[in-house]
Amino acid sequence: MKPDDKRDAVLGRVLGPGEPELTCEQCFEELDRYVELTVAGDGADARIPGMRAHLDGCPACAEDFASLRDLVTQEGD
Amino acid sequence: MATALMTAPPEISWVDRLRSEGAEGQAAVAELHALLLKAARFEIGRRGAQLPHLRGGDQEDLAQQAADDALMAVLRKLDEFRGESRFTTWAYKFALLEAAVKVRKRAWQGREIPLEDEAWSALADAGAPAGRVAEDAELLAALREEIERLGERQREVLVAVALNGVPIDVLAERLGSTRGALYKNLHDARRNLRAALAARGLRVGTGGEEEA
Repeated sequence: MKPDDKRDAVLGRVLGPGEPELTCEQCFEELDRYVELTVAGDGADARIPGMRAHLDGCPACAEDFASLRDLVTQEGD
Repeated sequence: MATALMTAPPEISWVDRLRSEGAEGQAAVAELHALLLKAARFEIGRRGAQLPHLRGGDQEDLAQQAADDALMAVLRKLDEFRGESRFTTWAYKFALLEAAVKVRKRAWQGREIPLEDEAWSALADAGAPAGRVAEDAELLAALREEIERLGERQREVLVAVALNGVPIDVLAERLGSTRGALYKNLHDARRNLRAALAARGLRVGTGGEEEA
């Protein structure tokens, strides 16, 4: 990782997304719908505002999202 | 009944079948458990690197525990299923969550949680591109000062999760809290840091961009 990338990655983790975001509870509530919209390429970020910002700011929820997306994608193959 | 099951939308039939009395309900619960177990195995399989000390049998035990806990959660929250996704996608998220949390906790079992900013030096060591050294140094110095000024809980969560990479579920267990409550602490800490840096007239975006 280049120094600039490393600096930005650490600052990103410390300062977070800096925009309105869902809570962890709201994220879990919407996760299944968001994943299906994402996999379908159907405007997930526009239809569930604040989800992308939360996933950028919360590593645990981001991992949960990636797992569900990959499982659903695998099932659809 | 077989005809009704074949013609009903699958999401509705899942909920109805799980609410059924007798053999049909039991069969639906067993089918659901099998799906949840598959999801839990999927999650534990992709996180195997975090559990190098766990043998295959232990990983299977973990998957079974996750599937059992997820089944209870799904049945408890059945009224909350709104049909906005496939039932299986909705149910899978409970199994993935249970499995992921168990893996994270197992991976950190017996490990001390670093609450001090040990990772801070990594940022300083990363250096800065030519032409931005001075402003980076000013930003980092201000950031350290402002982190020190945060309330104890906000600072503790920020340093552990954002700087030292402690999984928030692990920290929540150690502190007797929840992921959601600790994330609110983290969110508030970040908001306070951004405001403090802005008050100093410092750039607060990453990548050198000023944020609105």
